[in-house]
Amino acid sequence: MSSRPAPQIGFSFEYLMWIFTRLSGCALYLLALVGFVSALVMGARTQMGVGDLMRWTFFPNSYHVVNTNVPDVDPGWMNAYWNTIQMLVIFFAITHGMNGLRVVIEDYVRRPWLRIFLRGLVFLLWLFMLIVATYVILTI
Amino acid sequence: MALKRNAVFRGLKYRGGGPMLAWLLHRIGGLAILVFVGTHVLSSYFQYQLASELAQSINVIYESVYFQVVLYFFILFHVINGLRIIILDIFPQALEYQREATWLEWLIFIPIYGLTVFIMLQQHFSGG
Repeated sequence: MSSRPAPQIGFSFEYLMWIFTRLSGCALYLLALVGFVSALVMGARTQMGVGDLMRWTFFPNSYHVVNTNVPDVDPGWMNAYWNTIQMLVIFFAITHGMNGLRVVIEDYVRRPWLRIFLRGLVFLLWLFMLIVATYVILTI
Repeated sequence: MALKRNAVFRGLKYRGGGPMLAWLLHRIGGLAILVFVGTHVLSSYFQYQLASELAQSINVIYESVYFQVVLYFFILFHVINGLRIIILDIFPQALEYQREATWLEWLIFIPIYGLTVFIMLQQHFSGG
């Protein structure tokens, strides 16, 4: 039975990504909390439903509040503050997710060449999603 | 890791109980979130930048409350279970209490999920 090489002690890519997954999870928690509290401070309790608030917490994008009773989406819900939070969420969430995808693929793909190829594909997908998400946020 | 046996079908015979269910839901939820976020970002791009109707119908699915209830289950579970994993990784001496931690996690998950879904459905059906 051929298996992947045992993880070495010291700073390897695997180890760093393991740490990053935990740290990005905590960062996403903090960003969600900030988004949730800021939304309530901006008046979300009377201006939108729970589903809308959940959607905003998951990702604070102005499009997520356009169908609510928010009096003015611009500037309260779309400004540099929210853009910064969105960029942070995008970076942490996409990297966290793509690393998770890499782990799942490495768990189930048997052939070494296919694993390496899929790892490359995941890297390209990561880059692609970062670019597309950044573009969508900054230009709409 | 190259396995000679089929991981999915043989794995179902493993009686891992609560912790295994948590691992499974965490993994499936993670993949579901990836698929959702990926397709939603792409279809939003196509809908708003290129005015595509196909993209708009995809986003209509995502706006349905029933889809959101199911997706929210996986998201909330992934989030709460993730926190349990992080805590057990920082304090490995608590690993003896893996099973109790899993019970505690469900005890936290069920009220938050139940209450939120109740409010979401109530607001949906009363025209909110």
